[in-house]
Amino acid sequence: MSESISFYNTPSPAHHTGIKAWLLTHDHKRLGLMYMWAVLFWFTVAMVLGLLIRTELMAAGKTLMNADVYNAMFTMHGVIMIFLFIIPAIPAIFGNFFLPIQIGTDDVFFPRLNLFSWYLYMFGGVLAILSLFTGGGFADTGWTFYVPFSISTERNVSMTVSAAFILGMSSMLTGLNFVTTVHRMRDKAMGWMQIPLFTWSLYATAWVQILATPVISITLVLVVIERFLSVGLFDPDKGGDPVLYQHLFWMYSHPAVYIMILPGMGVISEIIPVFSRKAIFGYKAIAASSMAIAIAGSLVWAHHMYTSGMSDVSVFVFSLLTFLVAVPSAVKVFSWVATMYKGSIEMSPPLLLSLMFIYLFSVGGLTGLVLGAAGPDIHVHDTYFVVAHFHFVMFGGTGFAFFAALHFWWPKMFGIMYDFKKAYVGAVLACVGFLFHYVPMLILGMQGMPRRYYDYLPQYEGGNFSAGIGGYVMVFGIALMFYNLAISFKSRVKAPVDPWGGTTLEWSVPSPPPLLNFAEKPKVPAYPYDFSEVLARSEHKPR
Amino acid sequence: MSSRVDTTGIKIGMWIFLYSEIILFGGLFVLYAVYFYRYPEFFAEGGKELDRVIGSVNTIVLLVSSFSVAASITAIQLKKKKTTVALLIFSLACGAIFLINKYFEWGAKFHHDIYPNSERLVDGEPGLNIFFGLYYVITGLHGLHVIIGMTLLAISLVLVLQNKIHAERFSMLDNSGLYWHLVDLIWIFVFPLFYLVL
Repeated sequence: MSESISFYNTPSPAHHTGIKAWLLTHDHKRLGLMYMWAVLFWFTVAMVLGLLIRTELMAAGKTLMNADVYNAMFTMHGVIMIFLFIIPAIPAIFGNFFLPIQIGTDDVFFPRLNLFSWYLYMFGGVLAILSLFTGGGFADTGWTFYVPFSISTERNVSMTVSAAFILGMSSMLTGLNFVTTVHRMRDKAMGWMQIPLFTWSLYATAWVQILATPVISITLVLVVIERFLSVGLFDPDKGGDPVLYQHLFWMYSHPAVYIMILPGMGVISEIIPVFSRKAIFGYKAIAASSMAIAIAGSLVWAHHMYTSGMSDVSVFVFSLLTFLVAVPSAVKVFSWVATMYKGSIEMSPPLLLSLMFIYLFSVGGLTGLVLGAAGPDIHVHDTYFVVAHFHFVMFGGTGFAFFAALHFWWPKMFGIMYDFKKAYVGAVLACVGFLFHYVPMLILGMQGMPRRYYDYLPQYEGGNFSAGIGGYVMVFGIALMFYNLAISFKSRVKAPVDPWGGTTLEWSVPSPPPLLNFAEKPKVPAYPYDFSEVLARSEHKPR
Repeated sequence: MSSRVDTTGIKIGMWIFLYSEIILFGGLFVLYAVYFYRYPEFFAEGGKELDRVIGSVNTIVLLVSSFSVAASITAIQLKKKKTTVALLIFSLACGAIFLINKYFEWGAKFHHDIYPNSERLVDGEPGLNIFFGLYYVITGLHGLHVIIGMTLLAISLVLVLQNKIHAERFSMLDNSGLYWHLVDLIWIFVFPLFYLVL
């Protein structure tokens, strides 16, 4: 491949220089990186908050903070992790950077809208910070903002939900951009069944973002209206129904967990075949299951509300639908495992993290079925079991997929390799710490410890203490991974065009890519996961 | 690749955005449906208190303005700049009439002590409070959309005057027009739900 100038040295639009070349850029790659630094910042903040919460809970009674601070802190942990980390993490960073490259084009369809989304994201983050210091301080409602408490509390809920509203808009506009890009800018030679699976998952995610986000927008607007005007739409004294709030909230927020997990599944679907040197098992099934999850996932919201007061018929219907969503998720898990079967597996940090994803996500998915079944849910509803399940799926799932994506695409984004050994150690520590952190919570939940409580009875001391220890190990592992990636900037080991033997289009362009992504016209492979050439190359020249 | 403007793509983006606006109102219509099922008699009673004449006038005004916006898009394609400008100004005037009517309508309600958290609503029947609560939230949000739509039309008007929108490149006007039709469409649902209920 001929030498080309990387996008770092080619501002777009061309007349901007210095910091302006970043802040006013239309380049999807620069925007992806700008998202990355912001998202990593928020992730670190929320992770530290989470660690402080667990430290507080390691011993009964007051350890670090009083109950008010604790309430605001777990709310902040939730709001930041959901709206500022998991939702934007994979689509906004890796989606922005790689979706156009994977479909063989030079940018997203609406580059300026893309920049606007980034500013909305940053503005939402600033509002979240502002709400800490204004009014009565950060909301203490939990990230779900349930009425009536969210309407009656003295805290600055209005500003916190405005932040969430704006972040929702940012994510929706990104989704709109991706759908249009996939439809209109795809290389003419690429049919629907030749699209890489990461792009497929982003496409499905984008539809969920467009379908569901307006519902949370209107719900959050209603919370603000109720706080200022006391219309009473959710107030039983005035004829309203608080349970309706929960319906509206989960109509978005359940699909939203698929917004969070689908891109993660897409990442895993890219990584597994590359390091198995084998075509992905069930390409069409994986692509179709993304869409199936997107559709079925929109119809299960009320499984969060079995104890809120619903008719038995609704409970039955929503329980059934919830079990149906498990099917496409399982299709993916089996396909990944089947891809590795008899493959020529080459271990690497991204693959190790993907394997951790499969394990942790499966635990999360199966505990989800315990919660989705109406009977057992009554027993563990609103306990630590829910907290553990949610973190297994969202953190063990999306979080580890995010780490895997970082390690997988880092050489392409920055053109440098990182140290494998530290990456392995960090990943293993994060995973082991994760299990020591959340498995005790599953048990605590079965024993009946309610979530979100500031204090607990003596019989829960052991579990909470070991969860705290696990938390520290996990955070140390993650910190080591990040440190390892950060020092790769110092050692600057140059990455080749295709360090892993990938076959999708991003591995055919220079690392880092040039401004318009492709130095020469992209050659779309007939099938995105055909490794025969990669295998032939490695036989001639063992790596 | 980016040298030629892909108008179809721009339209896809706009339609998706409009769709999200419909879902936004959809959340409110869900509330309406549930509460209508719970308090049908009070919804009927509340509906009779709304001024059907003003409501009908506003419906006609919006429908006419929707036509004039559509006509202005045809006019720009036929390179009739003056007609385009006139039609856009007419549409903006219709939007203004709509808002003025709304202002008097809301004002009259306020005068009768019917507004969110007013004594009459809080002490009265819960069903009526919900009806008027929804009335204010939905028509208020719709009014906000009328203002946004008028802003978009005004920007298009300025761009037409500056010759930045012309027969070859009129996506901005086209999309503002689509947005205006959306405002109209939502009103077509709001009007019978509140003014003509039962």
